[in-house]
Amino acid sequence: MAARIQVPQQAKRGEPMPVRIIVQHPMETGYRHDEVGHPIKRNVIHELSCRYNGAEVFRADLSSGIAANPYIQFFTVADASGVLEFSWIDDEGVRGSERAPVVVA
Amino acid sequence: MRPRSAAALIALALCAGAAAQERALPLERLKPGTDFLGADLRALQSDDLGNPAMLWVERGAKMWSERAGTAGRSCADCHQDAAQSMRGVAASYPKFDAARGRLFNLEGRINACRTGHQGAQPFAHESQELLSITAYVASQSRGLPIHVGIDGPARAHFEAGRAAYYRRRGQMNLACAQCHEENWGKRLFAETVSQGHPTAYPAYRMEWQTLGSEERRLRACLSGVRAEMLPYGAPEYLDLELFLAWRAEGLKIESPGVRR
Amino acid sequence: MKRREFIAAAASLALAPGAVRAQENPIAPIDPKDPDVQSVTKGAPIRSGRVKLELPPLADNGNSVAMKLTVESPMTPQDHVRAVHLFSERNPVRHMAAFHLGPKSGRAEIASRIRLAGSQKIVALAEMSDGSFWAGSASVVVTLSACLDES
Repeated sequence: MAARIQVPQQAKRGEPMPVRIIVQHPMETGYRHDEVGHPIKRNVIHELSCRYNGAEVFRADLSSGIAANPYIQFFTVADASGVLEFSWIDDEGVRGSERAPVVVA
Repeated sequence: MRPRSAAALIALALCAGAAAQERALPLERLKPGTDFLGADLRALQSDDLGNPAMLWVERGAKMWSERAGTAGRSCADCHQDAAQSMRGVAASYPKFDAARGRLFNLEGRINACRTGHQGAQPFAHESQELLSITAYVASQSRGLPIHVGIDGPARAHFEAGRAAYYRRRGQMNLACAQCHEENWGKRLFAETVSQGHPTAYPAYRMEWQTLGSEERRLRACLSGVRAEMLPYGAPEYLDLELFLAWRAEGLKIESPGVRR
Repeated sequence: MKRREFIAAAASLALAPGAVRAQENPIAPIDPKDPDVQSVTKGAPIRSGRVKLELPPLADNGNSVAMKLTVESPMTPQDHVRAVHLFSERNPVRHMAAFHLGPKSGRAEIASRIRLAGSQKIVALAEMSDGSFWAGSASVVVTLSACLDES
């Protein structure tokens, strides 16, 4: 599952920094039907979390009310250089993860 | 007017060729689709991370370097850096390929490379692979003006495309021109009718909740006037794409765009 | 009914998907006694204020609408936002999302894109570290596509 992450090129120590992520996922609602009228089964990313140098700093419980190819922006205090690691899971149990380096000055 | 003068005038018009091609929508009045979007979607298109279409572009970038087919070649093996080699390509398509004797849109050209140079299976219409690589190639022309050739062997396709544009069809008995030439800027329910230019394709269309090709968008239009959607690969789409590109002369490529 | 009238009527139905679709999602305003809300608040009172929910007043397409929520909070270990919940009065799934924050967040501000099954009011409910609940809301008019797309 593809995902793209964006963090400031250089974050100021002790300041909240914006973190943005977009994940490629249809977030299938379960309310749609195919061309022959069969319902398309629901499959959404229902949990997405972010660990910053190992500690969880953000978690989201999502539903079909979140748009396809879910995008989230949140803030986290830039305390040390290191890595942001995202992980998520959908209704079919498929897991995804993506990481991005963080540079704190 | 005496017949001899009329014949001379006709001959003169024919010689002038494409330059004399009359435009129902003059170049100064062209407006890209983004002009008809709300502020939210317009901003989203230029948001490099937020634009969902960029997910496909990123995949396309990876595919560019992947070896494929019996020849075991990647796009990069022949074309090196796409930012250089593919710059301007999407802005000049559809294009007639003299060597192969046919008109290609970008998707068709990519598949011709797949089969002809890589010895690989062509990508299926609207497949994730084809959308990704097309979005990647098209994005290399972002900001460049559209300019396609309609002379020589492309002429017949251009004429067929133009005829298709003005042909009424469907339960609503509407031609493309009736909405996009005669009534652009006016409201249809809550939407403002655009001029129907192809500048943003492949585009992430909110209605589809995914990236889609220009061909898919044309199918959506057919569905909209309650006409039978021609199957993917129908020559009429290709002819229309050439006409639409000619009609959008000078407008900047926005691919991959965001649309309603 | 004459054939021409029937076709015109059928065509106008095809032209007006909104009229048909609107009836499928009736509005049921979010109430503190809502079971979905109660599962979060456990009966605690909900106060108005501190929560700002921003949605465009008019959405181009209900499949993806920009959402931004901000909660006034120092985000210190002693005083911070624990979570923010989004509720819809019209979507089939009323409890749309829950965003879990903490003192490491630094700022209680979240942006995302949401799906809306028609024009409606969305409620954002913030749960604070002291156990209090605060709510803010925003209304959106969702326009439907003018043409049916079966591509």
